[in-house]
Order: sequence, then C-alpha cells, then structure tokens
Amino acid sequence: MESALIYDRLQFAITATFHYLFPQLTMGLALLLFYLRSKALLGGGEHYHLVARFWTKIFALSFAFGVVTGIPLEFQFGTNWAKFSNFAGGVIGQTLAMEGLFAFFLESSFLGILLYGDKRFSRGVQWFASLMLFLGSWLSGYFILATNAWMQHPVAYTVAPDGRLFVDSLSGLLTNPWLLWQFTHNMTAAVVTASFVMAAVGALYLLSGVHQEYARTFVRIGVVAGCGAAALMIYPTGDGNAKQVFEYQPVKGAAFEGLFRTERGAGLLLIGQPNMETMTIDNPLVVPGALSFLVYDEIYAKVKGLDAFPRLDWPDNLPLLYYSYHIMAGLGTIFVGVMGLALLWLWRGRLFTASWLLWLLVLSAPFPYIATTAGWMTAELGRQPWLVYGLLRTSEGASPLVHSGNALFTLLGFLGLYLLLGILFLFLFLETIRQGPAGSPNGGTA
Amino acid sequence: METFWYIAVTLMLGAYVLLDGFDFGVGLVYPLVTRTEEERVTALGAIGPVWNGNEVWLIAAGGLLFFAFPRAYAAGFSGFYLALIIVLWLFMARGLALELRSHVDHLLWRQFWDLAFCGASALLAVVFGAALGNLIRGVPLNQDGYFFVALWTNFMTGPEPGILDWFTVLTGLTSAAILALHGANYLAMKTEGSLQAQARTIARLAGFATVGSVVLVLAAVPFVQPSFSHNYEAHPMGAVLPFLGIGALVATIVLRRREHDVYAFYASCVMILAFLAGTAWGSYPNILIATTDPSHSLTVGNATAGIYGMHAGLWWFLPGFILVIAYQVYAHRLFWGKVHPSSH
Repeated sequence: MESALIYDRLQFAITATFHYLFPQLTMGLALLLFYLRSKALLGGGEHYHLVARFWTKIFALSFAFGVVTGIPLEFQFGTNWAKFSNFAGGVIGQTLAMEGLFAFFLESSFLGILLYGDKRFSRGVQWFASLMLFLGSWLSGYFILATNAWMQHPVAYTVAPDGRLFVDSLSGLLTNPWLLWQFTHNMTAAVVTASFVMAAVGALYLLSGVHQEYARTFVRIGVVAGCGAAALMIYPTGDGNAKQVFEYQPVKGAAFEGLFRTERGAGLLLIGQPNMETMTIDNPLVVPGALSFLVYDEIYAKVKGLDAFPRLDWPDNLPLLYYSYHIMAGLGTIFVGVMGLALLWLWRGRLFTASWLLWLLVLSAPFPYIATTAGWMTAELGRQPWLVYGLLRTSEGASPLVHSGNALFTLLGFLGLYLLLGILFLFLFLETIRQGPAGSPNGGTA
Repeated sequence: METFWYIAVTLMLGAYVLLDGFDFGVGLVYPLVTRTEEERVTALGAIGPVWNGNEVWLIAAGGLLFFAFPRAYAAGFSGFYLALIIVLWLFMARGLALELRSHVDHLLWRQFWDLAFCGASALLAVVFGAALGNLIRGVPLNQDGYFFVALWTNFMTGPEPGILDWFTVLTGLTSAAILALHGANYLAMKTEGSLQAQARTIARLAGFATVGSVVLVLAAVPFVQPSFSHNYEAHPMGAVLPFLGIGALVATIVLRRREHDVYAFYASCVMILAFLAGTAWGSYPNILIATTDPSHSLTVGNATAGIYGMHAGLWWFLPGFILVIAYQVYAHRLFWGKVHPSSH
C-alpha cells in the first residue's frame, strides 16, 4: 500500500490542520468568556453580559465547525492508520477515551445551556456553565495533547509478546514530561489567537465608528490578554519546548535550525534558505553563539547537527520543517511587538484614536492562525519519519488493506468539503460581526 | 474484565442510539410532520439544546472501543473504510444543518439546510442499521485480523459479502423505521397543537412499519448467522432481551393508540435498548465475527488492550460515567417540558 501512504498522510495533515483552526479560537475564547461572565456577575452589569453573549455566539459558531471537523480525526486513526491503532491503541486509547468521557460531554452539555438558556436561566447558572465550558475545552486540549505528547515522547508502556504496546502506568502517561511544555505552549497560543480576534473585531468597530462602547471593551481585553499570552508563548513555554526537542529529539532540533554540521558555539540562524544539494544554508543571517546559549545556556556548547544522525532518521521534508519553525518563531516575536505597542498606547490612553495602530490590530488577526498552523507542522513534520517516536515508523502505521484509490477518493472529498466549509465559516463569522452585539443602539438585533 | 468493557461499550452505544436516535428520528419525520416555518422552528427547538450532547455518546463510545479493544477498532474502521468516511460527511452535513439554519434569515438558506438535515438523518439511520447488520452477519477477516469490504457486491450474504446485502439493507430499513417511531414519539411528547397531531399520526404509521420489519429481521438472523443462537441455547435467560424488545414494541403501539405520549416514548426507549442488548448477547464474546473462518473472529479475548490498561480504566471510567450521567440529566432537565416557538 506504498502509494496509499502519501494520501493517508495528506488526508490526516489536511483534516487535522483545518480542524485546529476552530478549537484554537474556542479554547482561547473559553478563558476570555469565563472572565466576561465573572465580570458580569460581579457588578460589571448588563454591559459585560451583552459582551459575553456576543462572544458566546462566535464561540458557538467556531465550536460547531470544530466538532464536525474533529470527529473525522478520531475515525481516521482506525480507517487510515489501522496498524498504528492496533500497535498503540493499548496506550493512547486511554487518553482518547478520557477525552470523550470527560471533556466532550462537559462542553456540549453546557454550551447548549448557554446558547438556549439566555432568557431562561439566571446569570449564576450561566456563569457556572461558562466555567464548565472553559474546563471542558481545556481538558479536551489536555487529553489530545497527552496523546500527541506520547507519540512525540513515548512513556509508560510495555511491549506485549505480539509486539503491541500496552500502558503500564496511567499517571505516567498523564504526566509525560513532554506534555508540560507542549500543553502550556499550546494553550497560551490559543489565548493569543482569541485575543487577536477579539482585539481585531473591536478595532474594526472603532475604525468604522459603530458599537463604540463594546469595541473599547473588546480592544482592552484583547490587548491585555494578548500581550500576556504572547509573552508567555515565547518564554518560558516556547523556550522550554525548544530545549526538550534538543534533549529528546536532537535530529528534529538540528532540522529546525538548519544546522547541517555539528558545531561548538552554534549560531542562531535568523534568515536563510536550506540548500539540500550542498547541505548548506543560502543567504544566512546568523547571531553567533546564540543557539548554543539558548539550548545549553552556554555560548561554546556543542550542538549536534544533522550529520550526527543517519540519513534514514532525518525528517523527510526538511525544508518545509525548517520554514514552518522559522515562520512560527518569527511570528511569535512579531506578536509580542504588536501587542506590546498596543498595550503601551492603551496605557497612555491613545489607543482608541490611533487609527494606524487599530489597523495594525485588524490586519494582524489572521497571523496567529498561520503561526499555530506552522507550529503544528513543526511538531508533526519534525516527528517524521516516526509515527511513534523511535518505536513505529509512519510507513508501518497505515491500514494494510485500504488501497490508494479509496484513500485518494476520500482525500479529494475532504478537500472539496473543507473548501466549502471554510467559505461558509468566513461568511457566517463576518455576518455575525456585522450584526454586532445585540441590543446596542446602532447595531442590529440578532 | 474484558466482559465488563464489552458491556460498557454496549451500554455507551445503547445510550447513543437511544439519545441521538430520537434526534435522527426527528430528522427522518421532519418534512412529514412540519407544515409551517413556526412548526419547523419548534421541531428543531425540541432537539436544539440536546442533540450535540447526544452525539457525544457516539464519540465517547468510539473512544471506549478504541481504548478497550484497539484491534477490533483498527480492523473494523479500516475494513468499513468507505462507508465510515461517507458517514463522516453525512455527520458534518447534519451537524451544520442544525447549527447554521437559523443564522441567515432567507427562505432558500433554510430550505437548503432542511434538506441537508432530513437527508443526512435518513441516510445515517439506514447506515447505522446496516452497520449492526454487518456485525450480526460477520465480515471476511483474514488471519492477521484485517478485512476490507466494498460498499456492495451482488447483495448476497456469504463468505465475501459487501457492506450492503439483502440482510443489511433489511436491518437498515428496520433501523429507519424504529428511529422514525422513536423520533415521532419524542416530538409528540415535546410539542403541542397540529405539530403534535402530525407527529402522533406518523408515529402510528412508523409503529406498523417497525413491527413488519422486526419480524423479518428476527426470522432472518438464524439463517444469516447460525452462531447467534449458541449463547441463547447455552443461557436461555438471555431470551428475555428479545422478548422484552418485542413486548416494548407492542407497548409502544398500544400506548400510542391511547395517546400516552410520554409513556410511548419511554416504551420505544426500552425497545431500542432491549434489541441492542439482545444483539450483544448473541454476539458475545465476538466483537467482529469472521465469515471466512471462525478462528479469525475478533473476540473480547484476542482484541483486548492489556490487563493493566483495563484495570486502570476503571479508575476514570466509573467516576467519569457517573459525572456524565449527572450533567446529562441536569442538561435534559433544564429543558424539560414542551417547547414553544418563542422560548429561545
């Protein structure tokens, strides 16, 4: 089934990437919504209630798309990656089943209450529901990342006589050291996405002169939360992630940095294009010694390059991995700059009238999505050629009897469907924003 | 231990069919029972707050199957490849229809999503029944424990069947009839006026269709899968289950005739659970029955996920399950009673 493999990989990559556009917004918004509902309960009054109601609508829209695009992923473990499921199901079955039981029920039950209970239930019930929604969506992220962390850094397993893996410590699986940095990095990134979106909607309203009093709240919350989360995304979570990559998956680390040769005092490559023929970097711009320092806290430390590993273990799409990493890291740095600037202007009381900065906030909104997509590509392309790092190669994990014609058919089906879904989501998202928070003097009623 | 997880997976699937079953049923009968826009909004409002939570039972049951019997999950999901991916697409269409219909106030927009909702619900109801038919009839497992079946071949059962043959088409149509009955019962219970009257009529008709198709299925099972009677012969007490199912079906029809909406709905709940439990009783210890060679069958014994994992699972499954029941009951209670077009 060699030719089916590429379709299986593309299908999972595309469905997972498209799916993650939605939960990153909902996980981040869940935290901000909980803040808004708390504020509404603790004397913030009608204003915060209406703000929360508006963002609950956006949450629900993104959640609906997240659910329908998430179910295929669980299915595909079995449909396209049957050998992997059989091999590793004795371990990751635990975390996936826990996600279903603990997280999904919580989210879906309480979202129903928030959406349909606006007039029926008290503010207290709604506050409680938003707390449960927050818990549910973050737990969901936790269990999924525990699954992924195990594929990156397998722990707590034994090998059965027939070669399949079984879990031997549930607590070990749930406290995988890899998970700490991966979870915190992901969640701060999700808050960054939600903050940028909230700030951008507020900025858009301010620039067009509508829904002014809501817009100021959106921008204020978006900028404050966004600045904090963007900073946390770089340090300590991004830094911690990079360090553990160099510790546990050094070949992936070398590929991130385009480090073809092992070096003492390795420099940090800011810009440059990997040249796979000559195994060098074209047009390099390097900060000397910085990579050694970042990884080992020591300027002259030795950093292993790609040449230290057999070619067979190199990630199979090295340039794409390299660019994904640099796009992620570069955008992360830019986010701190944008939000830092906005916070400074907010603090000086000039943000709401600085139209250039408001425009910057509006135009920045898509970039967290690009950064997180690049982040996932970094993590997953970097795991190649392994499906379970060091234990199972990707080429050994696909379904044995699914022929390439079937895999191609479903891949094309998903492509077409997701193109339509993307257009539909954008249309509905913009429509909801155009309608504005309900009950505002110059807005429509939703 | 394996038996416990077999029961747990069956229970989760049972809860799923019971709960999502009624909103599939609403989708099936939707164009038949609603005449006006107000009735459509009311019918959708009856399932709106809960369908999402209902659907989660499938995902949780799938997760639990993966956790407890990864080999069966791997074999089943890759074997039914095309059917399952098409099921996914139908799920997406249905979920989006329910979520998005109210977002834009335009006749064509609503008509499009109404069509998607009804069509996807109907097809999925048939597909679920056909899936159950496949589990009863068996699949062509090879000695590595994998198989691949085409959507259909010549519509005959045998060692190399397609997903759809005369038997699984029959179980599919039976499932559609049962869920139409169940969904119409639910609507009759949740609504008033002309919508309720139409739901009652449809429920009566679906009841007769159910009786006819259930009789055919029960008569066909011994021919299609002779091994099904083993457990019933060895432990005759299991026969309580199919008889309970038949009894509940009769009760549903009698209660329907007397317009006891709430009890009729409860009776169709019991019927669904009893028939599913009866299937699980006949199938045990097999999860996937091989049509090729009985020794290739995947059972609770050879598909298990290991003894430590199964024990560890108890630590989170039992509290988790109780929690789920608690807030599902909480959520359903909050929306108790009749729906009115203006209540949300």
